[in-house]
Amino acid sequence: MTAPTEFHPWNDPQAKPLIRFQNVTKRFGEFTAIDKISLDIFAKEFFALLGPSGCGKTTLMRMLAGFEDPTEGAILLDGADIAGVPPNKRATNMMFQSYALFPHLSVFDNVAFGLRRDRLPKDQVQARAEEMIALVQLGPFANRKPHQISGGQRQRVALARALAKAPKLLLLDEPLGALDKKLRQETQFELMDIQEKTGTTFVIVTHDQEEAMTVASRVAVMDHGKIVQVATPDAIYETPNSTYVADFIGDVNIISGGADPVDGKIGIDWAEGQPPLTGICEQDIAKGETVFMAVRPEKVAISSEKPADRSNVVAGKVHDIAYLGNISTYYVQLSGGQIIKAQTANTRRIARRDFTWEDDVWLSWTDTAGVVLRQ
Amino acid sequence: MRRFTWFNATSLTLGFAFLYLPITLLVIYSFNGGRNVAVWGGFSTKWYGELVQNEAFLDAAWVTLKVAAFSSTIATVLGTMAAYVLVRGGRFHGRTLFSGMIYAPLVMPEVITGLSLLLLFIGIGFDRGILTIILAHTTFSMCYVSVVVSSRLVSFDRSLEEAALDLGCSPLSAFRLVTLPIIAPAVIAGWLLAFTLSLDDLVIANFASGPSATTLPMKIWSAVRLGVSPEINALSTILIGIVTVGVITASLVSKRAAVKRQRDEQAAVAN
Ligand SMILES: Nc1ncnc2c1ncn2[C@@H]1O[C@H](COP(=O)(O)OP(=O)(O)OP(=O)(O)O)[C@@H](O)[C@H]1O
Ligand SMILES: [Mg+2]
Repeated sequence: MTAPTEFHPWNDPQAKPLIRFQNVTKRFGEFTAIDKISLDIFAKEFFALLGPSGCGKTTLMRMLAGFEDPTEGAILLDGADIAGVPPNKRATNMMFQSYALFPHLSVFDNVAFGLRRDRLPKDQVQARAEEMIALVQLGPFANRKPHQISGGQRQRVALARALAKAPKLLLLDEPLGALDKKLRQETQFELMDIQEKTGTTFVIVTHDQEEAMTVASRVAVMDHGKIVQVATPDAIYETPNSTYVADFIGDVNIISGGADPVDGKIGIDWAEGQPPLTGICEQDIAKGETVFMAVRPEKVAISSEKPADRSNVVAGKVHDIAYLGNISTYYVQLSGGQIIKAQTANTRRIARRDFTWEDDVWLSWTDTAGVVLRQ
Repeated sequence: MRRFTWFNATSLTLGFAFLYLPITLLVIYSFNGGRNVAVWGGFSTKWYGELVQNEAFLDAAWVTLKVAAFSSTIATVLGTMAAYVLVRGGRFHGRTLFSGMIYAPLVMPEVITGLSLLLLFIGIGFDRGILTIILAHTTFSMCYVSVVVSSRLVSFDRSLEEAALDLGCSPLSAFRLVTLPIIAPAVIAGWLLAFTLSLDDLVIANFASGPSATTLPMKIWSAVRLGVSPEINALSTILIGIVTVGVITASLVSKRAAVKRQRDEQAAVAN
């Protein structure tokens, strides 16, 4: 068993998943929305689904909530197949991407709706609904109807309504998209807090990779109904398994070339007459195979002198500079025309910047900074 | 801006004259003091007074109201259920056929509807009376209700029902607590429509009624055949009044609901 502070049930072969997708396929007519997904989600996880629009995130959630049944395969909850269990008999609550607030009920009655269905005593309903409304900071709006509040407020009502019943499994479909950054961060911490207190399992859809990084225990990156990679946020970021994942999460430079494996590392012959670039690789790669090196801009250093101690060094010219306040991104054009991004923290004031447009510069990164990928 | 032209004014006048002149005449003559319907004999409300004392007319009016109230209520329940199943029931076998068939009675000549109902009642040995009129009116007004309600359900956001289920409602309580309150204006409009249709109907009631029950339109029709009396004019004026109020209320209810719905739906859906 792992230590209690370390939460890695997915590494423990003995651990029983709360949810298990077994080769699940979902088709709408001819269209395959979910394509043979197998996935384990463990109790008390904060599981984030990431992927481009239309890749099947909502469909996956709807199958968990009971609104869709898999066309093929099975979904097991605590080991039992949940096909055919109606939504109202599942210990899950879902926050809808479209909010689906009841237009004829006030904010308070929306939040209390699920509690009343459980036939809780009146004072408990009252207390719990008020608690949830306070949590999403909507106290002054409790008596308004959904059409009398703003878009972000509606989103918070939907969130409060889903949280109110404290279900075993909470499905949140883009719960924080309409909130401003500050409120979003606060709410993220609230969610993590709730999760810690109640031990609820969260499955959350987000388009915001920072959000996924902040809250998630694991992240699944999806593409066209398939899961491309499932891993912890740092593993997804540091060792993506494909350029698709690397590109989807954060900014990345991709350099392609023929592979040349040496001592557990991979060299890439990326340009004629240039020394090969080296990076790490977790896949078995044959010599000469075309591979891609993914290297994050913040791992690329920029200097005016050629660095002597770095294994990957390339020369170029500053093509463009993006000033983002805390950091700057330099777009450096190599002699072959390719543009590589390098990021530096702006520890000094902008007037004292070291490089400017058209400067000749050197870019360098270590031999562990770049990840070599097959596709 | 549209300008006033003689052409517009004339066509407007002609059109409305065509529609409302006969009715206006009828209303005016209901206040005629003379016995001869075609000659103006001074203003009077005496025919209204006589009407109130005419037992046969009062009986008929009572039958008509009962028939309208019962048939429109039953039609509203059945029509709403039919609309719900047709819109929400998923793609079950023959759904398109059923949806099409719901509309058929709207275009079916009333004589045919009436005749077929008559044959049915005779066939199963039903004694014709108020009950058969109620059944007959339910039959034809149900499809009107169903059309009104299903047009509302089509634009109803399905995820609201899903949210209700998700929060622990059974399908039935989801309908009662979420769907019904939201579509209520359409259901009420449907009920009012069914009520007015039933008040109006002569042909089908004629086929479905027996000697024990006569509705007001039937009474008027048979009275008129013996000669138009000012009393009939007064009665017709009252009927026109009731129907007008009904139709206006129905359209107001559905219009106000449409405005509100638009607002609410914009609100319930993410911006
Ligand atoms: N009921 C349906 N009938 C037909 N196709 C559907 C249905 N529901 C979803 N789809 C299709 O399945 C695919 C996945 O849809 P889904 O809603 O899961 O996407 P998503 O990942 O949630 O996208 P977004 O980020 O835009 O919300 C889409 O291409 C969509 O058009
Ligand atoms: Mg979605």
